[in-house]
Amino acid sequence: MHFVVCIKQVPEGTEVEIDEEKGILKREGVESKLNVYDTYALEAAVALKEEFGGSVTVISMGPPQAEAVIRESYMLGADEGYLLSDRVFAGADTLATSYTLASAIRQLSDADIIFCGMQTTDGDTAQVGPGIAELLGLPHASYVKRLCTLEADAIILETDMGDGIESLKIELPCLLTVTNEINQPRLPSFRLKQGTKNRPVTIWDHQALVGAKQGYFGLDGSPTQVERIFPPPKSQEQVIWQGTPFELSQRMCAKLRELKYI
Amino acid sequence: MEVCPFEGITMEGGQVEFTDACRLCRVCIKACPTGAIWLEQSDAGPILERDKYKDVLIFAEQRQGRIQPVTYELIGKGLELARCLGQEVIVFLAGRDLKAQAHELLLYGVSRVYLYEHKALEHFRIEPYTSLIVDLVNDTLPNILLMGATPVGRSLAPRVAARLRTGLTADCTSLSVKENGDLVQTRPAFGGDVMAQIITPRHRPQMATVRHKVMASAPRLAEPKGEVKECAVDESKLKSGIAVLKFEPYQITTSISDAEIVVAGGRGVGRPEGLKLLEQLAVEVGGALGVTRPLVEQGWADYTMQIGMSGRTIRPRLYIGCGISGAIQHVAGMRGAEAIFAINSDPNAPIFDIAHYGLVGDMYEIVPHLIAMIREGDDPNGVFQLS
Ligand SMILES: Cc1cc2nc3c(=O)[nH]c(=O)nc-3n(C[C@H](O)[C@H](O)[C@H](O)COP(=O)(O)OP(=O)(O)OC[C@H]3O[C@@H](n4cnc5c(N)ncnc54)[C@H](O)[C@@H]3O)c2cc1C
Ligand SMILES: Cc1cc2nc3c(=O)[nH]c(=O)nc-3n(C[C@H](O)[C@H](O)[C@H](O)COP(=O)(O)OP(=O)(O)OC[C@H]3O[C@@H](n4cnc5c(N)ncnc54)[C@H](O)[C@@H]3O)c2cc1C
Repeated sequence: MHFVVCIKQVPEGTEVEIDEEKGILKREGVESKLNVYDTYALEAAVALKEEFGGSVTVISMGPPQAEAVIRESYMLGADEGYLLSDRVFAGADTLATSYTLASAIRQLSDADIIFCGMQTTDGDTAQVGPGIAELLGLPHASYVKRLCTLEADAIILETDMGDGIESLKIELPCLLTVTNEINQPRLPSFRLKQGTKNRPVTIWDHQALVGAKQGYFGLDGSPTQVERIFPPPKSQEQVIWQGTPFELSQRMCAKLRELKYI
Repeated sequence: MEVCPFEGITMEGGQVEFTDACRLCRVCIKACPTGAIWLEQSDAGPILERDKYKDVLIFAEQRQGRIQPVTYELIGKGLELARCLGQEVIVFLAGRDLKAQAHELLLYGVSRVYLYEHKALEHFRIEPYTSLIVDLVNDTLPNILLMGATPVGRSLAPRVAARLRTGLTADCTSLSVKENGDLVQTRPAFGGDVMAQIITPRHRPQMATVRHKVMASAPRLAEPKGEVKECAVDESKLKSGIAVLKFEPYQITTSISDAEIVVAGGRGVGRPEGLKLLEQLAVEVGGALGVTRPLVEQGWADYTMQIGMSGRTIRPRLYIGCGISGAIQHVAGMRGAEAIFAINSDPNAPIFDIAHYGLVGDMYEIVPHLIAMIREGDDPNGVFQLS
């Protein structure tokens, strides 16, 4: 079987600082890394390959330096990697990102299961996976927390629906977005690091994606526009209340109600 | 160059270069004092005919036949947006045997509920739900489409948006409209460290998801308004590559890491019964119970409930700490909470330095009153009861 994993390079840590005067993100000295949820997606694919045979292909859309996450995935068991990199892809929202990734997966032509992380730690929308599935016309399941049985033409799995666990049987080919409960990702292997040093990373620009519409890429293909970035509102007032227990309870209850916690 | 949030501008030989890191966010254009930077944008698609689109469509999510509470919150916000534009709120509801629920929705001020009933719609399955909503959108041409940022909504909304080729903004914390009908959407990203204001100026419907408990619920009216429109379900739309085999509801959500509300107890609870009292409070506010390390060491609570440096780190929307001094090792695990309430009998307890709302007093005297008041004030109409 052919397993395809979508991986994204994100800034290290979630502690981003904002320059309040200019209303922009401070990025000095911020390192990049592989989106943590994508390590679970990759592990799920590599584990299936090891059990049932086949190959694992990783795809990432990003600037040239995103090649680093593809190299990293080689050390974690991926066989082949594609980097979708082109100025035309820049400024993509989730729809344009899904379109670009879907076009590349279509070009690979034989994916049986496509894995995505449940979300990223930067954009944090969880929208790209379902978007890819729609554009490829495939069924998908989000928040997959366990893979149970792989059959020739279907997979049985469990998803976390927030209020309980749903068991689903999905026909292949399909797309799955996985949670961090699905497995325990392995550590990068030194042996694979040595062994994959010379393995190529295929770079695809927009011309490599045959039949795709250029107007659907990047900024032009993005219906949403980020107008402004700003720091979250400063944590509210700070007050100390004194009084009888009854008065104190009343104040707290009113405040909880005002803030819509109850 | 420094203004670029993405390090997308470099200077080479006195020549400004835009690198591949450029996300075309336009921050540099606004920041440029001489107006030397501009963006050439090809005209993607036809000019939007804004007048063709009106009303706010809400996806009413039901699980096991129960309308999810986020639906009433979306209706509340939807009514506010619609009022600004002199428009209406309409609702999509799909499932099996939902007539009573559809009529219940009319009590929240919506103009029309489009009801799709079929046994194949009983459980959420992505393809049929996507097709039915897309068809309704194409029939009604709404200006705005809102869904809950629940597991179902976060799976469904991006598919609907991709099929309609429109914009979708995730987890909005604030929504407002401009006079021309454009929706101004504000959402957190980077784990809450950054807020982004997002618009969808050239596509309709403008889609957004909103988490539970972010917007205020619409009030329930004495008399229903509007109508239920029962829609025929086209069998060809029910095809799906997914079979739902089983659903096992969670017993209780006790995980403090995931809970939106956490009530925490410290050594000040004094005796194990004190924790029972706090557990009651947790149930009343719909939260989970956490503790400081001494209570774990005493054997009164499980290690999975410990908050702090050597326990769990939590980031709930609301934290209520009772009988907790506020030691740095504890605070390290909860300072990310959006709102911090603290009850402590010592006015000099360090917890008051970081609490947003501090109550100086004995928790044994305060908490029982609090529980009673929350119970009393509970709006019986706030949650829809299955008839
Ligand atoms: C502050 C901010 C807010 C934003 N808000 C929105 C918004 O509300 N709506 C919107 O449409 N866009 C938004 N964007 C743009 C969005 O972040 C980008 O489109 C991004 O390319 C993908 O979205 P994500 O990071 O949310 O991915 P998610 O949808 O959270 O990612 C889920 C999975 O998809 C796969 N994936 C995602 N991106 C890639 C990639 N580049 N290459 C390979 N696999 C990938 C991974 O498997 C990942 O785990 C926002 C951007 C910023 C900076
Ligand atoms: C390496 C290390 C790691 C640690 N990791 C953690 C950790 O992960 N999590 C953690 O919690 N601690 C941790 N600790 C312990 C930490 O230093 C504190 O000792 C602990 O947090 C104190 O717990 P407390 O606030 O419940 O108790 P105390 O500090 O004893 O505070 C009790 C408070 O209750 C108040 N009180 C008493 N009676 C009442 C009443 N009736 N009503 C209202 N208030 C009352 C008192 O005024 C007092 O302020 C760690 C310590 C070390 C050295």
